[in-house]
Amino acid sequence: MITTLDQIFVLLQHWLVSFLPAWLQPAASVLLSVVVIVCLFPALFALTTVFERKGLARIQNRLGPNRTGPFGFLQPIADGIKSLTKEDIVPSTADAAVHFLAPIVLVVAVFMGFAILPMGRNMVLVDMDAGLLFFFAMGASTELSVFMAGWSSRNKYSLLGAMRAVAQMISYEVPLLMSSVAVVMITGSLSLTKIVEAQDHYTWGFPHWYIFTPWGFAGFVMYAISATAETNRSPFDLPEGESELVAGYHTEYSGFKFALFFLGEYLAMFSISGVGTTLFLGGWSAPFSWLGWVPSWIWFFSKMFLSIFVFIWLRGTLPRLRQDQLMNFAWKFVLPLTLLNLMVTALWRFLGEGWERWVYCSAILLVAYVGMGLLGMRRGNLGPRRYRYAE
Amino acid sequence: MLGEGILKGLAETAKNFFLSYVSAERMTTVEYPEQRIAPIEAARVFPFLVYDGADWAAGLRCVSCQICEKECPPKCIYIEKSKDKKPDALGKPQFYPARFDIDISVCMSCQICVEVCPFEAIKMDTVYELSTTDRFGGLLLDREQLAKPNAYYNEIHPTEAAKVDARLAAEKAKANAKANAAAAAATGGV
Repeated sequence: MITTLDQIFVLLQHWLVSFLPAWLQPAASVLLSVVVIVCLFPALFALTTVFERKGLARIQNRLGPNRTGPFGFLQPIADGIKSLTKEDIVPSTADAAVHFLAPIVLVVAVFMGFAILPMGRNMVLVDMDAGLLFFFAMGASTELSVFMAGWSSRNKYSLLGAMRAVAQMISYEVPLLMSSVAVVMITGSLSLTKIVEAQDHYTWGFPHWYIFTPWGFAGFVMYAISATAETNRSPFDLPEGESELVAGYHTEYSGFKFALFFLGEYLAMFSISGVGTTLFLGGWSAPFSWLGWVPSWIWFFSKMFLSIFVFIWLRGTLPRLRQDQLMNFAWKFVLPLTLLNLMVTALWRFLGEGWERWVYCSAILLVAYVGMGLLGMRRGNLGPRRYRYAE
Repeated sequence: MLGEGILKGLAETAKNFFLSYVSAERMTTVEYPEQRIAPIEAARVFPFLVYDGADWAAGLRCVSCQICEKECPPKCIYIEKSKDKKPDALGKPQFYPARFDIDISVCMSCQICVEVCPFEAIKMDTVYELSTTDRFGGLLLDREQLAKPNAYYNEIHPTEAAKVDARLAAEKAKANAKANAAAAAATGGV
């Protein structure tokens, strides 16, 4: 019974495909999974927008949307109808072909990232050996679409937004990759299913998730920071800073193309949260061994939504960074720490079992964090800043 | 230490998030069409014309002096003076407005017309739900639409209206005394 519930989607897929002739079955089963992914995540996106608006409202002691349907939960449908019926404006001087392609390229690239996500036991579309590499390659190609959008619009705000976006995404791509490499070093595999399996065992009922190790914790924090920047979420939402850039690279988009950008952004957030969950939070494995009877896909999606909640929480808390603060933070703080984290991971690997490796690794990371923090604060790179003119 | 401020901020927003479900006084939102806050006495939206008595046409305090028309910065008042005169509240024959239009799409609610009026005839209203489907005719208010009784003025601005009423009553008493004295002198002379 428990296994049936755990594998219900896999069994359902096998059952549906079994009606087809044998030569059609492999293609049909892939197509079915693709359709499910393409329908499921936009639906989650719609839910997330309304939860985000309500959550942010509560953080500011407001009510949030409550007019459309019960508690305002039909708001995304109203938003969807609105964006579909709006006029699709293309600027007369815009490069029409590139302007049209940019949102499509973004959404396609983002959807590709979901192919390698293990959403439950045996629930992965393509079990690639180099899954993580594929994910980051797809993530990097979203930068292209952002620049396409900014360049083809022929608008100074779009172009400035796109340049900021590309600078930011390239800068944070490095720590994002570096913090994930630590996991690959320990697991010895780029396959995300292998990474989850490596974390899916327990000592005294507690799981061996990588976040519960010194290098894993540091890596997770840096992964979270870089992921926030990579998906252009607040406080790193400079490419869309409405106070200075109207709406950034999608200023000249309206109607459904704008909705596609919006969708792409949220889907990127989902996939990057999913990969973060898989790398550091044990993917679909249960948090305690006695909770093993709960279906694995429930754990994956609850962990993913927990990450989304943290994204929203951060958005409700932190003000936007300035461009130089953003760059300083990436190159002078996060990147050196991720490099150090790689060393610490190697040390962890070669110290072997025992208590020593916990002490040494934690101490090195803690000293580095505090020391670099103090240094950065003294220089004024990271700490609170005094403005001569605003005293 | 680095990151301390972020943690403090996160704690603060988490507190807001959870307490907003518990304590009602945190939520200051008034859900407008269903809930309304009590009208504020000092509120002002657009001007209206005050009349005394029951009949608006007979009781308009306006004597068509056209000071408000001349002082109005956006020039949204249009007055046509009457050809004949009729007695005002004090019994003195006065002109009256044959036409008095205010274009509230132009009016900027500055209250200058109210301040310059020597006859307490024009005052500020507090009605704000004035949306209409006709943006030309619907927003051009004529004499009849602008005329509102003194009782209404007392209701929306009680303190201010009480002062105005007291002053008008004193003026009227003075005028009556003068008239009586004149009448007494006239009868005494004969």
